[in-house]
Amino acid sequence: MNKARLCMLCTAITVVTAAVAQIPSYKLGRPATAEEIHKRDISVAPDGSGLPVGRGTVTQGRHDYHMLCANCHGDRGQGVTQYPALVGGQGTLRSKNPVRTVGSYWPYATTVWDYIHRTMPYPRPGSLTPDEIYAVTAFILYLNGIVDEKTELNEATLPRVKMPNRDGFVGDPRPDVPTRKVNK
Amino acid sequence: MKRRGLTRRAFLTTASATLGAATIPSASSQELGAPRRAYGERSLFEKSARYFPESTTPASSYSRTPLQDLFGIITPSALHYEVHHSGVPELDPRSHEVMIHGLVERPLILTMEDLHRLPSVARIHFLECAGNSGGELIGRPAANPQRSHGLLSCSEWTGVLLRTLLEEAELKPVATWIVAEGADAGRLARSIPLEKALDDVLLAYGQNGEALRPEQGYPIRLVVPGWEGNVNIKWLGRIHVVDQPYMTAYETGHYTDLMPDGSARQFTFVMEAKSVITRPAGGQELSGPGFYEITGLAWSGRGRITKAEVSTDGGKSWQDAQLNEPILPKAVTRFRFPWWWDGKGTSLQSRCTDETGYLQPTREELLAVRGWNATDHYNGIKVWYVHKDGKMSHE
Repeated sequence: MNKARLCMLCTAITVVTAAVAQIPSYKLGRPATAEEIHKRDISVAPDGSGLPVGRGTVTQGRHDYHMLCANCHGDRGQGVTQYPALVGGQGTLRSKNPVRTVGSYWPYATTVWDYIHRTMPYPRPGSLTPDEIYAVTAFILYLNGIVDEKTELNEATLPRVKMPNRDGFVGDPRPDVPTRKVNK
Repeated sequence: MKRRGLTRRAFLTTASATLGAATIPSASSQELGAPRRAYGERSLFEKSARYFPESTTPASSYSRTPLQDLFGIITPSALHYEVHHSGVPELDPRSHEVMIHGLVERPLILTMEDLHRLPSVARIHFLECAGNSGGELIGRPAANPQRSHGLLSCSEWTGVLLRTLLEEAELKPVATWIVAEGADAGRLARSIPLEKALDDVLLAYGQNGEALRPEQGYPIRLVVPGWEGNVNIKWLGRIHVVDQPYMTAYETGHYTDLMPDGSARQFTFVMEAKSVITRPAGGQELSGPGFYEITGLAWSGRGRITKAEVSTDGGKSWQDAQLNEPILPKAVTRFRFPWWWDGKGTSLQSRCTDETGYLQPTREELLAVRGWNATDHYNGIKVWYVHKDGKMSHE
C-alpha cells in the first residue's frame, strides 16, 4: 500500500469513528418526555432561566421568614449557634475577619432563591412554594440593604438584582505557589 | 515428601496418632471456630472507626477516615469518609433513574439496569473534601492523621464513563457545562465544565467490588477524578447539559477561596499534590529507640505522584521515600521510608511531587500567597513531633 492510499484509509477510518460517536450506539434508556423534564428540572441559572412564575414582597417575606426561618437564623438573619448568619459582613471581605453572608459574599440573587428552594427549611427541604421563596428571598435581601421595603420579586426582577459582591470572583490561577527546585 | 516441615499427610498422621493416645490440650486455637456467615465482618480485635464530633445537625455533617490504621491504598468502604448536607437518603435501585437533558438531541432517562448494561470501566481514584486539613492553615494543627487529613479516601470505582452517556444523548454544539444534581433531600447540584465531563468523569455504581455504600451515593454517584469532593455528586439523579455555570450555592457561597485582597477564587476544582505521614504520627507512641518504617500517603488531582520525600530532622534535609506500586493517576500512592530512631526529640514530615513537576508547598508558602481565609484546598506540608519519651504529637 503506498503512502497516499494509507493516508486516505486513515482519513476514512477517522471519519467513520467520528460518525459512530455521534449516533446512539447502545439504544438504552428511554426518551425523556417534555413533561418528565418539566417535572424534574429545578435548575435556576444566574440569568433567571428556570425560575418558575411567581412573586413575593418584602412584607409577605417578613411574615414567612418569621414563620419558617427565624427559629434557626434569628429574627434579623443574624444566625443562631451553628446556623449561619444571612445578613451583614458587607465591607469586611478584605479584613482579617471577613464575614461571608448572602449579603456580603454571594454574587447572584438567583443562587439565594435556588438554595432556599432546594434545601430550606432545613428539616423539610423542598417544601416551600415559589411565592414563599420569592417572598423570603426579598426579605433577606431587604435585611441586607440590597432591595428596599417596597420591593416585589418575581421571575423577571430577581435576576436583575445586583448583589454587592457580584464582581468579587476570579478564576483559578493555580498553581500559585512559586515552584521550588526538588532535590535530587 | 520433604524431610523438614509438616506436610499435610504427615500432619494428619500425627494428629490421628495423638488423638488415639491422649487428649488435645484445650488451647483456644484447637477449639472449633465460628461457623460461616453470609456477610463478612472484621476480627473482634479490630476497632478502627470513622471519627465525627457530636452535632445538632447530624444530617449535615461529616465523618473522617482513620488514615493511621490503613494499609495499602484502598480505603475500606465502611471507613470511607463522608460529607453530606441533607442526610443519607435510602434510594431504591429498582425505581431510581438518571435523567440527561438540556442541550442534547435526545434527552434520556436511564434505569439502574440500563446503566449496568452499558460498557463499564473500573478505576482507582481518591476523593478529598475541599476543606480537608484546612485547620492547619489557620494555626490549628490537628492531633492525628484522621483529624488532620481524614477527609480523604481512595476506592476502586466501577461504572460508566459520563462521556458514553453524553454521546448517547448527543450534545448540541452550544453545550459548554453540565449541572449534576443529587437525588438527596437537598438536591445538591454543581456545575462542571464539559471538557472535564467528556474526559474522565464516571457514573459509578461499584465501590471496592460491591455496590456503593449509601454514604457514598448508593445506587449511583459521579466520580470526578482529582477534583474537590463536593462536585462528585452522590445519589445522582440528573445531568443537565447547559451553556453556562449555574452558580449554585456550593460554587459561590461555599468552596470558594477568599484572598487577602477581598477577591474570591471560584471553580478551584483540582486538589493539588499533598502528602501526610500516617505512621508513626501524632497520637501514636514509639516504644523505644530502633527501627521504624515511616509510611504515609501522597496524592495529586493533576496525575501521578512521581516522588515522595521524608525529612526526619525538622526539614533540614530530605530523602527519597520508596513509592509502592501501583502508582496511579489521581489515586493515593503509599510511600515507605526506613528510619532508625536514636531516642532524641525530632520531627517527621513528608512532601511529594506530581508528574507536572509541582512540589507540595509548606504552610508558610501557602499563607504568603493565599492569606488566612483560604482554608479550602489547603495542601501544605504536615509536621509530626517526636518527643524523647517516644510520644508523638502535632505541636
